Amino acid sequence: MIDFHNYLIISALLFAIGLAVVVTKRNAILMLAGIELMLNAVNINLVAFSQYDQNRLQGQMFALFVIVIAAAEITVALAIVLKVYHYFKNIDLEEANQLKN
Amino acid sequence: LNLDSKNIDWQLIEQIVFFLFGLITIGGAMYVLITKNVLYAIFGLLLTFLGVAGLYVFAGADFLAVTQIMIYVGGILVLLIFGIMLSGTPTVHKKNEQKITGKANEILVGQRNQFWAICLAICIFLIFLKIIIQANFNIINKELPHETTVNKIGIGLMTDYIFPFEAIGILLLIALIGATYIAKKETSNK
Repeated sequence: MIDFHNYLIISALLFAIGLAVVVTKRNAILMLAGIELMLNAVNINLVAFSQYDQNRLQGQMFALFVIVIAAAEITVALAIVLKVYHYFKNIDLEEANQLKN
Repeated sequence: LNLDSKNIDWQLIEQIVFFLFGLITIGGAMYVLITKNVLYAIFGLLLTFLGVAGLYVFAGADFLAVTQIMIYVGGILVLLIFGIMLSGTPTVHKKNEQKITGKANEILVGQRNQFWAICLAICIFLIFLKIIIQANFNIINKELPHETTVNKIGIGLMTDYIFPFEAIGILLLIALIGATYIAKKETSNK
C-alpha cells in the first residue's frame, strides 16, 4: 500500500520541473517537452485520485482524454514549428519575433 | 501461491520499487532541465514517460499505463525526435549557442533566465507541498481492491462517455489533417 501523498508530491515536483523547462529553454521543441511534462504531472494526480473511485473511474477517463488532447496538440505544434523553421531557418524562440514579414 | 512463506517483506519491496519509479520520473525530468543537448533531453523525456507508466501501474491503472507507453513513447516521442531531426540542423549563428560542433548529434540549446526560472519552480513546488500537507483527505488509507480496469473503461467509453469519445475522435482527425496542411510545402508562388 503506497501512501497517497507520494503520488501528489511526485506530481508536484514534475509540474515544477516542467514549468522550469518551459520558461528556461529557448528551443521550441524542448518547450513542448516541458508542456508534456506538466500534462503528465496532472495525469498522475488524476490517476492517483481515481483509485478511490473504483466504480466509475472518472479520473482515469479524464486522464485518457488528456493524453489524446496532448497527442493532437503536439502534432499541430510540431507542424507550426516546422513552418517556423522553414521561414526563419531556426527554431530559437527569441529569434522568431515577427508574425508577418 | 503462498508468497508469505518465504519470509520476505513484500510491502517493503513494493515501496522500494515505487520509489525507484518515482526516482526515474523525477530524474528524467531533471535531466531534461539540466542538459544542453536536445537529443539527450528527449531521451530523458523517455525515462520520465516510462516512470510515469510505472506509477500508473502502482495506482491500479493498468490500461492507462499501456496507453501511456503506446501513445507517449511510441507516438509523441517519435514525433518530437522527428521535429528535432527536421529542424535542428546545427547552423552557423551569430550567438554561439547553436554552432557547428562537428558531431551530428550535438544540437545544443541555449537557456535564458535560469535563476528566475528555478526560483519560480521552487516557489510553485513549495506552494503545492504546503497545500498537499495541509489538505485533509479523508479517503486516505482505505484498503483498495486492485482489479483490472479494462472492462470498466471499455463499458464507460461506450455508455457514459460516448459523446466525449466521438468528439475526441473528430478532434484528433481535424488536428492531424490541419497539421499536414500546415506543414506541407508551398509549391505555388502566388
